[in-house]
Amino acid sequence: MSAPMPEQVSDDLPLVQLLTPAGERVEHPEFHYDGDDASIRDLYRDLVLARRIDTEAYALQRHGEIGLWPPALGQEAAQVGSGRALRPQDFAFVSYREHGVAWTRGIEPGKLVGLYRGVELGGWDPAEHGMGLISIVIGAHVLHATGYAMGLTFDGAVGTGDPERDAAVITYFGDGASSQGDVAEAFDFAAVNHAPVVFFCQNNQYAISVPLSRQTVVPIAHRAAGYGFRGVRVDGNDVLACHAVTTAALQQARDGGGPMLIEAVTYRMGAHTTSDDPSRYRADDEVEEWRAKDPIDRVRAYLDSAGTPPQFFTDLDAEAEEMGEHLRAMCQALPNPDLAELFDHVFTEQTDELREQQAAYVAWRGQYEGSPA
Amino acid sequence: MSEKMPIAKALNAGLRAALEADEKVLIMGEDVGPLGGVFRVTDGLQKDFGESRVMDTPLAESGIVGTAIGLTYRGYRPVVEIQFDGFVYPAYDQIVSQVAKLHFRSLGDVKVPIVIRIPFGGGIGAVEHHSESPEAQFAMTAGLKVVAPSNAHDAYWMIQQAIASDDPIVFMEPKRRYWEAGEVDTEAEPAPLWESQVRRSGTDATLITYGPMVTTCLQAAEAAREDGLDLEVIDLRTLSPLDLDPVHESVRRTGHAVVVHEAARNLGIGAEVAARVTEECFYSLEAPVQRVTGYDMPYPPSRAEDEFLPGIDRILDAVDTARAF
Repeated sequence: MSAPMPEQVSDDLPLVQLLTPAGERVEHPEFHYDGDDASIRDLYRDLVLARRIDTEAYALQRHGEIGLWPPALGQEAAQVGSGRALRPQDFAFVSYREHGVAWTRGIEPGKLVGLYRGVELGGWDPAEHGMGLISIVIGAHVLHATGYAMGLTFDGAVGTGDPERDAAVITYFGDGASSQGDVAEAFDFAAVNHAPVVFFCQNNQYAISVPLSRQTVVPIAHRAAGYGFRGVRVDGNDVLACHAVTTAALQQARDGGGPMLIEAVTYRMGAHTTSDDPSRYRADDEVEEWRAKDPIDRVRAYLDSAGTPPQFFTDLDAEAEEMGEHLRAMCQALPNPDLAELFDHVFTEQTDELREQQAAYVAWRGQYEGSPA
Repeated sequence: MSEKMPIAKALNAGLRAALEADEKVLIMGEDVGPLGGVFRVTDGLQKDFGESRVMDTPLAESGIVGTAIGLTYRGYRPVVEIQFDGFVYPAYDQIVSQVAKLHFRSLGDVKVPIVIRIPFGGGIGAVEHHSESPEAQFAMTAGLKVVAPSNAHDAYWMIQQAIASDDPIVFMEPKRRYWEAGEVDTEAEPAPLWESQVRRSGTDATLITYGPMVTTCLQAAEAAREDGLDLEVIDLRTLSPLDLDPVHESVRRTGHAVVVHEAARNLGIGAEVAARVTEECFYSLEAPVQRVTGYDMPYPPSRAEDEFLPGIDRILDAVDTARAF
C-alpha cells in the first residue's frame, strides 16, 4: 500500500504585495495603501509593540509566570495590518495567537496572559472591545463570526451608507483550521446569507508540526470560489498590503457586498507554543529564508529611506521597554481564581444543586484554613 | 521480560507491537508523524512503519474518525489519536452516531475495529479544553466500549488488546500520569481487558476508581494507614462494560464504598457504580456510597484545579463520612 503524498501546495494565485522585504513601495492594480508616512509610522509602532508584548509573554512563560504561550513572532504584519483596518463598530472573532489583533482592539496586554497563567478563562468583555474571547478549539469561532455577521444584516447595520452605522466582522484562523468542518460550514452560511464577514486566514505554514501540504493541495484562498465569494492572497508579512486588502474586504462587507476570504501568507517563526519543539519537523534554512522577510524590518527600511528622524525609533524603543515592564507587572499582579466564586458563574442563576456543592466546598476548605499547606 | 518505563513509552511499545503484529493496523491523527504526537506516544513509529501506516491527518477530528470508519470497511484497524480530551467533540457525531451503531444496524455484518485514543483528565496546569474527563459521555453511549489504563503495564497490554478487539473502543489515557514509570512485563499473560482489579487489599473501606485517580487513591490509602485505616483500592480499568464483581465482593467485606473520579459528579461513572453497588450490596453497606468527583462546573482555570480535582484529603474525608454514618 502506498499513498502518494503531495509535497507542495500549488502557487497559482499571485500575492498582493505593496512593500517588498527590502522596504520598497510597489503598486498593485487594485489594492492601495492610502495612508501617509505618519500613518506608516503608527503601523510601525503597533508592530514593534505587538512584538514586544509577544516576546515579553514568552519570557514570562520561561520564568514560570505563565504556563503556556503561543508566540505570534513573524505574524505581526498580518495581525496589525488587518486589525487596524477595523472600525470601532466592527467585531473580531479570534483564535489563540492573535495578540497583535488584541492590541489593535485596545485590549490591555496584561489581560492577554490571564488565560495562559491559568487564572481565568476569558479576560475581557467582548462587547466592550469588539473582540470575542479566544477560541482554542480550532475553527469553532469562525461560525460565531458568521452568525454575528448575519445578525448585523438582520439589524440593518449593513449597506446603509452611514459610515458610523455600517459594520462588518472579521475572523482569524489558521491553515490548520481551514480543514475543519466548522470552517467549511461557516463559508457556506456566510455565502448563502450574504453575510458581512471577512475570513482572515493566517497561513503560517504549520499546524503544530503538520505542514500546509497535509491540509490542502491548492492555495487556501481558492476555497472561497467554491462557495461563491472572492478569495485574495496577500503577503502576510507586508503590513501595508494586509491593511489595504482587509480595508477593501471590510468595506465590501459593510456595503452589503457579502463575505471575502483573505489568505495572508506568513510564517510562524517560533514554536506552536512554548510546549513545542519545531526542530523536530522543520529545517533551519526554511526559518532563515522567512527571517529575511521579516514584517518589521521592511517597514523600518522604508521609514529610514523616507527620512524618519532617529528620535522616533529611540522613543519607540523606550516605549516598548516600558510596555514589557508593564506587562510583567500586570501578569504578576493577576489574582488567583477562587473556586468558590466560580460556582456563581455556571448559570445566570445558581441552581440548588450547585449551591449545595459550593457550600460543601467552602465548608470543606474551611477545615484547612490556617493550617500549613 | 520486565522493563521499567513510563506510561507514554509503554503505549508506544504497545502500538509498535500492534503495528508489527498486523499490517492492517493504522495510526491516524494530528501530529502523530514526525513529531510523534504532542505527548510523544507515537514517537518513531512513522519513521519505522512509513507514512501510509502512521498518518498525519488534516486538522479535523470528525474527518479523522469518519475516514477511519471507511477504512474499516476495507479491513483496516485504525487507531486514531485525539490530541486532547476537549478536542474530541467535533468527532462526537461520528463516534456516537456512526462508530457506535454500525455493528448493531448491520446485525453484525459490519465490524468497526477502531480504537479512539484520548489523553484525558487534568492536573497538568493546562489551558482550557486540555484537562477534561468526557469518559461518561462515551460510556453511556450504547455500542461503545470504554477502557482506561492506570499504569504502564496495563497501558502496554490494554492498547494491544483494544486494537485486537473487533468492537470500537474509546481508550482513555491518564495524561498526567504519562511520565510515571512502572514495570512492564512484555511476556506475561495479560489480564483480560474487561476485568477490574484490586490494586491494594484492605478491610475498612473500598475506594473504586480508574485512570489517573488510581495513583491518588493509592496515596490516600497510604496516608490512611498512618491513621490506622486499611483501605482497599480497586482499579476499574474498563468503564463500559463495567466489571463490578470484584467491587461487590470488596464492599461486602468492607461495608463502605467511595467512588473517585475527576469528571463531574452529575451522571458520572460514580453514579452508575453507586447504583449498582446499592443494588447488589444493599444489606452489606453500612453507609451510602460516597462520591468524590470534580464539581458540576466547566473545568476551571488551572490555578484552581488542585481545589477542583479530588485529592487525598477529600478522599479521606469521604471515607470518614462513610465510616461515621
